[in-house]
Amino acid sequence: MSDVLVVADHRRGELRPVSYELLTVGRELADAMGGDLRAAVVGGDVERFAEKLDCEGVDAVHTVAGGEEFNHDVTAAAVTALADAFDPAAVVMPNSVNGLDYAPAVATRLSLPLVTDAVALDYEDGLTVTREMYGSKVETVIDVTSEPVALTIRGGEWPAAEGVGDAAVEPFDVDVDESSIRSTVRGFEEVGAGDVDISEAEFVVSVGRGIEEEENLDLIEELAEALDATLAASRPIVDNGWLPKNRQVGQSGKVVTPKVYLAIGISGAVQHVAGMKGADTIIAINTDPDAPIFDIADYGIVDDLFDVVPELIERFD
Amino acid sequence: MKILVTVKEVAEVADDFEIEGLSIPETYLEYDLNEWDDYAVEAAVRIAEDRDEDVEVVAVTIGPERSEETVRMALAKGVDRAVRVWDDALAEADVLDPTTTARVLAAVAEAEDPDLVLSGVQAADTGFGATGVALADLLDMGWAAVVNDLELTDGEASVRRELEGGVEELTTVDLPAVLTIQTGINEPRYASLRGIRRAQRKELAVHTLADLDLDPGLVDDDLTLAGMSKPESESDATVFEGSAEETAAELETVLRDAGVGAE
Ligand SMILES: Cc1cc2nc3c(=O)[nH]c(=O)nc-3n(C[C@H](O)[C@H](O)[C@H](O)COP(=O)(O)OP(=O)(O)OC[C@H]3O[C@@H](n4cnc5c(N)ncnc54)[C@H](O)[C@@H]3O)c2cc1C
Repeated sequence: MSDVLVVADHRRGELRPVSYELLTVGRELADAMGGDLRAAVVGGDVERFAEKLDCEGVDAVHTVAGGEEFNHDVTAAAVTALADAFDPAAVVMPNSVNGLDYAPAVATRLSLPLVTDAVALDYEDGLTVTREMYGSKVETVIDVTSEPVALTIRGGEWPAAEGVGDAAVEPFDVDVDESSIRSTVRGFEEVGAGDVDISEAEFVVSVGRGIEEEENLDLIEELAEALDATLAASRPIVDNGWLPKNRQVGQSGKVVTPKVYLAIGISGAVQHVAGMKGADTIIAINTDPDAPIFDIADYGIVDDLFDVVPELIERFD
Repeated sequence: MKILVTVKEVAEVADDFEIEGLSIPETYLEYDLNEWDDYAVEAAVRIAEDRDEDVEVVAVTIGPERSEETVRMALAKGVDRAVRVWDDALAEADVLDPTTTARVLAAVAEAEDPDLVLSGVQAADTGFGATGVALADLLDMGWAAVVNDLELTDGEASVRRELEGGVEELTTVDLPAVLTIQTGINEPRYASLRGIRRAQRKELAVHTLADLDLDPGLVDDDLTLAGMSKPESESDATVFEGSAEETAAELETVLRDAGVGAE
C-alpha cells in the first residue's frame, strides 16, 4: 500500500493550524505515491475534530479516543497501531513541541527512517526531503532510500487544506497497556504575563544575542525610548535573565504584529520568526549579510549595531 | 544515583562561508558545546550538588577526537567522567538518522544503567530534535521533551514542558526517564580554572561501535545527503549601504514615514 497517514495536532480543545497543513502535505504525497490520504486524531473531542479534518482530498479520518489532552504515551501507541493496521508508506507528523514528543518513538517502534523539520518534500522514484541546518544558514536535501518513512513537517511552510470532503470517519480502537503509560499531564499554565504586553505594541525594538553583554542593553533601551517603541527580545536575552519572559518574541514567547519591528542583533531563527513575521515593516540590523532575518526583512543594514544604534538615537533624541 | 548526559560538539558557520560539494570547508567552521546540552549538563551537575546521596554524572558523546575539547568543558563544569564513541563508520556517515544516533547512545546507556538521562532539546547544527525521545523509547524508559523546569521526587520527575505560545504543560514522568532540556531552565556556569585543571585528569573512555557490540552497518541508514546549499534568498529587502551615519539617516526616513517618533 502507498497510503499516507498524517497525524493532527491539538491542544486545549482546538486543532492547531499545522493540522490542516499536514493534510496538504499528505494529499501531495499520497498523489505522488499513488495511495489514499488517511488522517488520524488521537485524544480530545475526536468527533468534532474529525468533522474539521474532513477537508477536500482526505479519504479517511481515524479517530482514537485517548483522554482529553495530548499524552505522548497514548499518541505514540495509537499512531504505531494505526501504522501497523494500514501499512502507510509515510507517517507524517507535526514538528511541534508535542510532535517532537512522540514522533521519534513512533519511528523507533516501527523501525522507520525519521526526518524531522521538513520544509519541502519531493517525490519521484523516492522521497527527497529539504531541511535546514546551522540555524537556517544552510539548506540540505536528504534522499530517503527506503519506505515506509516517518516525517515531521515544519509549520507554516505549506498552505492549509480547505473545503469539505467526504472522508469516511472511522473510530479506531487501541489497547494501550496501562503499564506503558509513564507520564501524566497535570495541567497547563500561561506564562509571560507582566507589566507590558508586547503583542499590543505599535512599534517594537527587539534585541538579540548580538548585544553580547547585559550592560549593553542600556543602549537599546535608550533607542526604544527615543523611538517611543516597546522593547522586546529574542530568547537568549530572556534565558540569560536580562529581560523578563513577557518580552520574548517567538514560538514559545509572544506573537507580535506591530507596524514596525526593528530586529537588532537577531539572526532570525525559525522559532523567533514565528513570533514576528506578521509585522507590517521588518527592519534588521545585523553584521552577518547571510543572517536569515534578511530573508523576511523589508529594510536592512549590514553593520555593527554598536555603530548604527548610537547614530539612530541621536537622530530621534 | 547515576545521571547520564548526552553532549554534542556542534559546528557553527562563519558569517562568510562557502559550500564545497556536500560540505563546508573546515576553515569556515567553529566548534562548541551544543547550547542545549550546556543547560542539560548544568541541570545534571546541580542535581548532584543538591542531593545528599552520591550522584555520579556521566557524559556521553558521539564525535571525533577533536570533540574531546568540548567534552572536557563538561568535565570542567562538574561531570565526573565521559564516554566518547567514534570509529571509521561514524566518520564516514554524511548524515545520521536521529534514531541511529539514539541506537549508539542507547548501547552506552545500557552499559551505564542510569537512573536519569538528560539530553538537549536539539543540536544547534543538525537540528533534528529527536534523539532524546528516540533514546528513551529504545531504553524502554519514560520521557518528556522540551523541559524548562525539573524537580525530582521519589521515583518521579515533575517537569514543565514548554509548549508554543507561552503555555507550559505540567507533567509527571516515572523514573528512570529521559528528559530533553530546554535553554533557560537554569544558568549554566562557566568552567573555573580549577575545574578545567581537574577535568584533564578525569576519565574519558573511547569506544568503537564494535566495542559496544553494535554492527558498523547500523550507520548505513536510509538517509543520504544529496544536496547542500545556501538557501535562495527570497529577500526583497532594501539594504542601506554606507557609513553608519548614512545608513542611520536612511533608516530614520523609513521610520518617520511609518509614523515612528511622531508626537
Ligand atoms: C523549542 C524551541 C523554542 C524556541 N522558542 C524561541 C522563541 O520563542 N523566541 C526566540 O527568539 N527563540 C526561540 N528559540 C531559540 C531559537 O532557536 C534561537 O536560538 C534564538 O532565536 C536565537 O536568538 P538570537 O537571534 O538573538 O541569537 P543568535 O542566533 O546567536 O544571533 C545573533 C545575531 O546577532 C548578530 N550579531 C552579533 N554581533 C553583532 C553586532 N555587533 N551588530 C549586529 N549584529 C550582530 C549575529 O550575526 C547573529 O545573526 C527556540 C528554540 C527551540 C528549540
